Amino acid sequence: MDFWNTFRLALRALARNKMRSALTMLGIIIGVGAVIAVVSIGQGATYMIQQGIQSMGTNAVFIAAGSAKPSGARMGYGAVKTLTVDDMAAILREVPLIKQAAPSVGSRAQVVYGNQNWNTSVTGTTPNYLDIRSWPIQAGSMFGQEEVDSASNVCVLGTTVQRILFNDENPIGKQVRIGQLPFRVVGILESKGQSVMGDDQDDKIFAPYTTVQRKMSGITWLQSINASAVSQEASLAAVSPITALLRERHHIRQGEDDDFFVRTQSEVADLFTSTSRLMTLLLGSVAVVSLLVGGIGIMNIMLVSVTERTREIGVRLAVGATEQDVQQQFLVEAVTLSMMGGLFGIVLGLVGSALISYFLAWPTLVSVIAIFVAVIFSIFVGISFGFYPAYKASQLDPIEALRYE
Amino acid sequence: MDATTATMEPTSTMTEVTRRDGAVIHLEGVHKTYDLGEMKVHALRGVSLDIETGDFVAVMGASGSGKSTLMNILGCLDRPTKGHYFLDGIDVSQRSKVELARIRNRKLGFVFQQFNLLARTSALENVELPTVYADIPPEERTKRAKFSLERVGLGDRAAHYPSQLSGGQQQRVAIARALVNRPSILLADEPTGNLDSRTSVEIMDILQRLNDEEGLTVVLVTHESDIARYSKRALEFRDGKLRRDERIRERLVAKEILPTLPSLDDLDDEEQPAEPASAD
Repeated sequence: MDFWNTFRLALRALARNKMRSALTMLGIIIGVGAVIAVVSIGQGATYMIQQGIQSMGTNAVFIAAGSAKPSGARMGYGAVKTLTVDDMAAILREVPLIKQAAPSVGSRAQVVYGNQNWNTSVTGTTPNYLDIRSWPIQAGSMFGQEEVDSASNVCVLGTTVQRILFNDENPIGKQVRIGQLPFRVVGILESKGQSVMGDDQDDKIFAPYTTVQRKMSGITWLQSINASAVSQEASLAAVSPITALLRERHHIRQGEDDDFFVRTQSEVADLFTSTSRLMTLLLGSVAVVSLLVGGIGIMNIMLVSVTERTREIGVRLAVGATEQDVQQQFLVEAVTLSMMGGLFGIVLGLVGSALISYFLAWPTLVSVIAIFVAVIFSIFVGISFGFYPAYKASQLDPIEALRYE
Repeated sequence: MDATTATMEPTSTMTEVTRRDGAVIHLEGVHKTYDLGEMKVHALRGVSLDIETGDFVAVMGASGSGKSTLMNILGCLDRPTKGHYFLDGIDVSQRSKVELARIRNRKLGFVFQQFNLLARTSALENVELPTVYADIPPEERTKRAKFSLERVGLGDRAAHYPSQLSGGQQQRVAIARALVNRPSILLADEPTGNLDSRTSVEIMDILQRLNDEEGLTVVLVTHESDIARYSKRALEFRDGKLRRDERIRERLVAKEILPTLPSLDDLDDEEQPAEPASAD
């Protein structure tokens, strides 16, 4: 008996018990749907993280004061006072892999304009900070080196701060009060949106680091240095010379922990990517379990079906069906069930990802490979769980099957 | 598949060919023993017989006489424990399951007491069923199935489901199914057991016509001696042995008897006028 005939026969047999067939398929539908939705969400997350990492500059090297070791009594980020502008100058001088660097010293302050006020973070830095972070100016301009040298009261606003304080008004040239000091707004940054961590990168003010150090915080050290290497590979290669240099400059003896840490963007990217992969894998394996449960459902129903149709099997055997014909018939039925479940599951998965993407504003990236794998897997489930009932059907004795009530 | 077909054809190398002229069935000392653990049940104890092409044989006997076992062996659904069964001159007593399936498909037609039609499947598709397993192209299948239905007078019911047909019609569909692969023998196991007497005669009429007009060999299992009288030869089994084998004298001809029987419609017609007449 040819395949198409068997397939047609299977469809008709399944159509006879529509409700039962639909319920049997449900396990596979949910399994495949879940696999596709989960993988889409996971891929979306990975994509978003990669975008976020790229927005921070792919060659970036981040040097921060404080210990990165997860042991002992750690000093918090920025609480260590040893990282200075001189360290930065030394890195630029002695590590040729580093192209440029910008200091970063931050504090939080209340910002006031007219009757509006807002609490935000103020970061003191140098003009090349924006180049390193590849962060363009939307209006006005970044403050210059002269303003850094003279510790002028100028600032550049992130779009969130600008929107809250100024609404529709043009802020360029306007005076705002940051803490106790008046600042002149010289520029507005482009919006960067949420960071990988989920915080608003536009809720920020930039000012010359000299101004922040001397006039606002009254400190001489830095919290971090944002550096940029000549290439992505160089960013990784620069980690050990920077570490050696800073250990020497900070007089850290052998065996003692660093009082700073160096991170590259690639490391951060890897961390996040592997985390999201792990999540995808975890959720995916739950989905695979539901596919297996679906398979068991198919086996159960096929066994019931074989029992119910004992007489039919008897007649088929009597009129000349071979064991192989009968086995093939029931196997194709099981595979048809699981395959149709797989197809409906794809639809469910796609609709599910679209809904998640729409309502949770979470990007989803539909993976063709996931769809392919889900379909292959559902067919595999049909074959493996349909095999036993089909085998059982083929082994019926025609004489007894014909007499079966 | 070709190999199987080839082995079914009688070849000169087959020394056991003992086909006599016209003998479509030839049994030689056939035994069937069922091994039920400690006990052995001897269902058939050495049965030898010939059935000629074009014969119409009634197999009779009480339950436990071995007639069902004989039918299963004749139908290639079961194999004899001992002895030989030649069908169309070929020893089929020790063939593989696949070969037996092929023989059932090509050489035998079954009609059962319970009709055994597939539910929710049209009469035409029911009749087509054996052709599906015979590697016949789809158009040819439908053509043959239609022709087969016409032979039993149900050409106009092709699209009906078994549930929409009367018992007699269902049995006629089953006969059409048995005929569709042009078998050498029609095996009918109590074909009238579930039918009323008039419908039974109708079924016997079809079997007699197939036998008389087309020379189809018919083997009929029945426990009703009335029904056996429509055949040409009666075999009686008792305790696994053939006890009686005789030609039927004064054979009944269904075609002649049918007009003498009141049809169900006639009965209804007779009863109905009674009421309005009294109301007048």
